Amino acid sequence: MNTATAPAPARSTSRLLGLSRDTLMSWYDDMLLVRRFEEKCAQLYGMGQIMGFCHLYNGQEAVSTGAIKGAITPDDYVITAYRDHGQAISKGVDPRKILAELLGKYTGTTKGKGGSMHIFDRAANFLGGHAIVGGHIPIATGVAFAIKYRNEKKVCLCFMGDGATNIGTFHEGLNLAGLWKLPVIFIIENNRYGMGTSVDRASAVNELHKKALAYNIHNEVVDGMDVLEVYKKVKAVVDRAKETYEPALLEIETYRFRGHSMSDPIHGHYRSKDEVERLRKSDPIILFGETLKEEGVAADQDFEESEKRIKRIVEECVEFTENSPEPPIEELWKDVYFERNGA
Amino acid sequence: MAIVSLREAINQAIDEEMARDESVFLMGEEVANYQGAYKVSQGLLQKWGPKRILDTPIAEAGFAGLGVGAAMVGLRPIVEFMTWNFSLVAYDQIANNAAKMYSMSGGNFHVPIVFRGPGGAAHGLGATHSQSLESIYAHIPGLKVVMPSTCKDAKGLLKTSIRDDNPIVFIESEVMYGDKGEIPDGEYTIPLGVGEVKKTGSDVTIVSWSKVLANVVWKAVDSIQEELNISIEVIDPRTIKPMDYDLIVESVKKTNRLVIVEEGWPFAGIGAQISHEISSRAFDHLDAPVERVTQEDVPLPYAHQLEIRSLPSVEKINAAVKKVLYRD
Repeated sequence: MNTATAPAPARSTSRLLGLSRDTLMSWYDDMLLVRRFEEKCAQLYGMGQIMGFCHLYNGQEAVSTGAIKGAITPDDYVITAYRDHGQAISKGVDPRKILAELLGKYTGTTKGKGGSMHIFDRAANFLGGHAIVGGHIPIATGVAFAIKYRNEKKVCLCFMGDGATNIGTFHEGLNLAGLWKLPVIFIIENNRYGMGTSVDRASAVNELHKKALAYNIHNEVVDGMDVLEVYKKVKAVVDRAKETYEPALLEIETYRFRGHSMSDPIHGHYRSKDEVERLRKSDPIILFGETLKEEGVAADQDFEESEKRIKRIVEECVEFTENSPEPPIEELWKDVYFERNGA
Repeated sequence: MAIVSLREAINQAIDEEMARDESVFLMGEEVANYQGAYKVSQGLLQKWGPKRILDTPIAEAGFAGLGVGAAMVGLRPIVEFMTWNFSLVAYDQIANNAAKMYSMSGGNFHVPIVFRGPGGAAHGLGATHSQSLESIYAHIPGLKVVMPSTCKDAKGLLKTSIRDDNPIVFIESEVMYGDKGEIPDGEYTIPLGVGEVKKTGSDVTIVSWSKVLANVVWKAVDSIQEELNISIEVIDPRTIKPMDYDLIVESVKKTNRLVIVEEGWPFAGIGAQISHEISSRAFDHLDAPVERVTQEDVPLPYAHQLEIRSLPSVEKINAAVKKVLYRD
């Protein structure tokens, strides 16, 4: 059926969780924007315009879109590790400022001081961008502590990779959240490898969600290639946390289609070409598009238009960045200490 | 003026700031039910309740990081380390997350937090429990380091630290908690980064702080002055970072001789930094090379005679003063 000419249903089917076409298409756009943004980053990195480490999100888009764009509100907080472009975009951080940050421009999210691994945006309640594995997990617990301290109905989503579940701060952060009943949702994006070390070579427990059992924290496994499933499972624990302050841990199974960072090949010593090819068949954007087509929400023409919209946004990111200045040298000494009246 | 112990002075500062600002809370090991491992937080649980006085598990990285997160979104945590020695397992949280957040986030998030507790050697606690760690904190941009030597300074500086919008490393001393001193009546604060001439003198300047000033330098001053028939000026910077170099420079211009006494190790110690600054800013005023008295460059042993030999002593200070006077 070609829905480009047929009127789209106002409310979708139960498979689409009753979500409106506008919502569903905005999620599709969000996932596509993350993908195309990262592809642009790869290109600019290859041209030497992005320095340092750069970790791309390709393949994991359903996680940030379902959990952030879908399941929480602008008032809720998000904190994550260094693979942070996707979550930032889904949280509403201006992608132009993210790209400018990656190129070290003064118009970037942190005026060029953070770089790829340290995206922050107070207005979007996006708390970073943290590059010491697991170091941000107690911070997330503290944000949740503040929410409860002030009797607010908010949550903090704390994203981490599978590798972070082996370091001490993961366990200390979870213990405090479980002990004090703090509204933090821990999301393990299990993409199977901490850099080049597979989960079974790094963790005594392969089912990472079970680590939450030690801290009396509700836990589930989620198919991270299905944006609707991610949304549904995250929304349920978010809603519960806003009512009861109960934390939760979700192990979201996903896969990164590119290397660990830009300096890592897509496949190499630690994972085979066959594995990458096989898992690329469950591309979350393609799968979501097929679902939308099957349910009559969108047709090929809609996706083509989406591509055009996103292409334009990415072009705007590049234009904005190219026209942005470098940080002035005086900026080097600013923002070291907070002073109430300037400086 | 009232006479209080150091633990009472610190307790008053916390209590008054909690009354002043609802976003201030205290957490740490044994601060609530137990009333504080060194009784600094005595009575605060009863007054403020378990929402604002929180016992934590023994998990310094966890609760220090929790404090950083709470501070990022507007609370003002006071995080007590039972001793600063235990802060080393939270070093990533302090040196990376607290110290760098404001800068690395390009001004998006600042971290108003006080990390406090006793530091330095006590008696026979061995190498892991006797460390003066101010230099490894002062080394990190983004942190301020405060080390009072009197009850009055402790209360006034802690109140200022709690109101400050930056991460503060506030180092006390467990052997001083029972020591008494005068504090002013009523509300007062003392600014960070401002040292004090604790005793005026004309022949030699001694710069020292915290316990080694309170318990060792003061014991040495009278006997040295008498023995050498000189007058010693004593400066307590009170804040290690930012350091009040101007006050030291002015003193050295008068005395032309400087001895720095600290309990930390010599290599990259605070005294090394002060010494450099003075040689750079007051070189022509110095009549002798700057002398430093520090702990010996070894992990502190347990046995009493080894411990006291390693730490700064009256004898070592005496020798250093003689050296800058060329009377050794």
